[in-house]
Amino acid sequence: MSRDNKTGIELAQVNVWFGEGEERVDAVIDATFSVPHGGSFGLVGESGSGKSTILRAITGLAPTWSGNISVLGSMLGKERDKGFYHDVQMVFQDPYASLHPRQTVDHVLSEALYLHGFKNPDKRIVQILDDVGLEQSFRFRWPHQLSGGQRQRVAIARALIIEPSILLLDEPTSALDVSVQAEILNLLTRLRKERGLTYLMVSHDLAVVSHMCSEMAVMNQGEIVEMLDVEQLRGLKAKHPYTKELLDASVQKRRGKP
Amino acid sequence: MNSSSELSQKGSGWREWLLTDAPASRRQARLSSWYRSWLAFRSNPMAMFGLSILFALLLIAMFAPYLAPYDPFIQDLAARLSAPGTGGYILGSDSLGRDILSRLIYGSRITLYIVSLVALMAPIAGLFVGTAAGYLGGWVDVVLMRITDIFLAFPKLILALAFVSALGAGIENAVLAIVLTAWPPYARIARAETLTIRNADYIHAIKLQGAGALRIITRHIWPLCISSLVIRVTLDMAGIILTAAGLGFLGLGAQPPSPEWGAMISAGRKFILDHWWVATMPGLAIFIVSLAFNLLGDGLRDVLDPKKSK
Repeated sequence: MSRDNKTGIELAQVNVWFGEGEERVDAVIDATFSVPHGGSFGLVGESGSGKSTILRAITGLAPTWSGNISVLGSMLGKERDKGFYHDVQMVFQDPYASLHPRQTVDHVLSEALYLHGFKNPDKRIVQILDDVGLEQSFRFRWPHQLSGGQRQRVAIARALIIEPSILLLDEPTSALDVSVQAEILNLLTRLRKERGLTYLMVSHDLAVVSHMCSEMAVMNQGEIVEMLDVEQLRGLKAKHPYTKELLDASVQKRRGKP
Repeated sequence: MNSSSELSQKGSGWREWLLTDAPASRRQARLSSWYRSWLAFRSNPMAMFGLSILFALLLIAMFAPYLAPYDPFIQDLAARLSAPGTGGYILGSDSLGRDILSRLIYGSRITLYIVSLVALMAPIAGLFVGTAAGYLGGWVDVVLMRITDIFLAFPKLILALAFVSALGAGIENAVLAIVLTAWPPYARIARAETLTIRNADYIHAIKLQGAGALRIITRHIWPLCISSLVIRVTLDMAGIILTAAGLGFLGLGAQPPSPEWGAMISAGRKFILDHWWVATMPGLAIFIVSLAFNLLGDGLRDVLDPKKSK
């Protein structure tokens, strides 16, 4: 795949559903948006709104979808090849569930390098631990010896060590303490700047998305109800009633009201 | 004095090296996690008791020729059916005047042989079938699980009997028959474990790194299934020994004059009313070894259970 393409991710009329026949549940309905290469795009909505499902459709974890998804200018089929996983990586929501309990940090990172045929694994592991702000002493630890924030740093290292150009972030901070959340968000912002990454981030937290993303789509019950850029959001210029509701809730939370 | 304190210091250095929170190499990380498991296991006295019995059994089997007071096959018809403690027979002698203690000592080799062969074959077969069915799903799952169901639907001993009578009597065939009847529960366990693991984020994560199904199953799912299988196998060992003994008892396992414990009970049943020791001594041996395996299994469950937080 060519890396100098203008678009990072492009979705056109994407539907995702689970189950067949009477049990069919439409998780995403007619989603259309595009993320420019090097851009940062947020998907906002409450749980069950289908925002994570979009990420799963892109990565191939949700096999039943229709419409067009293209990544770095090439259209995706039903199967994903290794080249795709070299370009697109994902950071999961729960760092307590996304690391194999019987594998050390070193094992996780070297397997990623092995799968993509990288040379000099030792040097790269030392480098990536540095990049995500983990001391070298963490290299041979087991997941149960790490805190939530440290685990999420390992998960980010695992995704970035194979040098993807697109990073999908599935609520990367929602399982963490508030203070740790800020650290991880700053880390992600710095890494994007340093590596010129494209982010597609899912969150239920408008504050997080407005910190990280220049554009966003608001989702409700599987549909994208409104697209906003960060200026419109900060000026509280939402048009759709659902977005206004979300904004109000977020502003009230900031002011410490229930 | 000086050297002993030096030694203990060196010992504590090893302990520290093993218990460190920040291992410096792959080897240290692995050894450290084993050492922690060993410490947890050691704190369970019943499990340690079971382990020491099995260790003793292993030593007895290894050094049988040196430990046995008599040759297990030499008959002394003049001293047949001697009571325990008489005529130099510590546990008595059987109907052909063979020393029961010596036969038990040599029989431990047969028991260990059966147990280790079954423990190697049945769980591995079950692991292959169960994880493949659980991870791949679809028609693979349906086919493999229906085969498993068919095997499960037979009574174990009867199926083993059928196999042995088809293949011919003998230890190897008895082992094969036991394996053929013992793998389905392991396949079920492995499949159930796989179903809970396959949708975990860490499996999704490795899938997103481009790993294939074979790699995910063998490198990522097996390590998490093996511990529950090991527990189950040690708990089943008692049953396996009893099945082997049962086949021996029915004359379909080890053949005379082999000192297999089940066959010894079978030979002793004719005299059980007048000469109780002939059947009781091998029965006690089976009982002690089965108990040891059960205790060991309980201890391993406490140590290996991946769901238990460390």
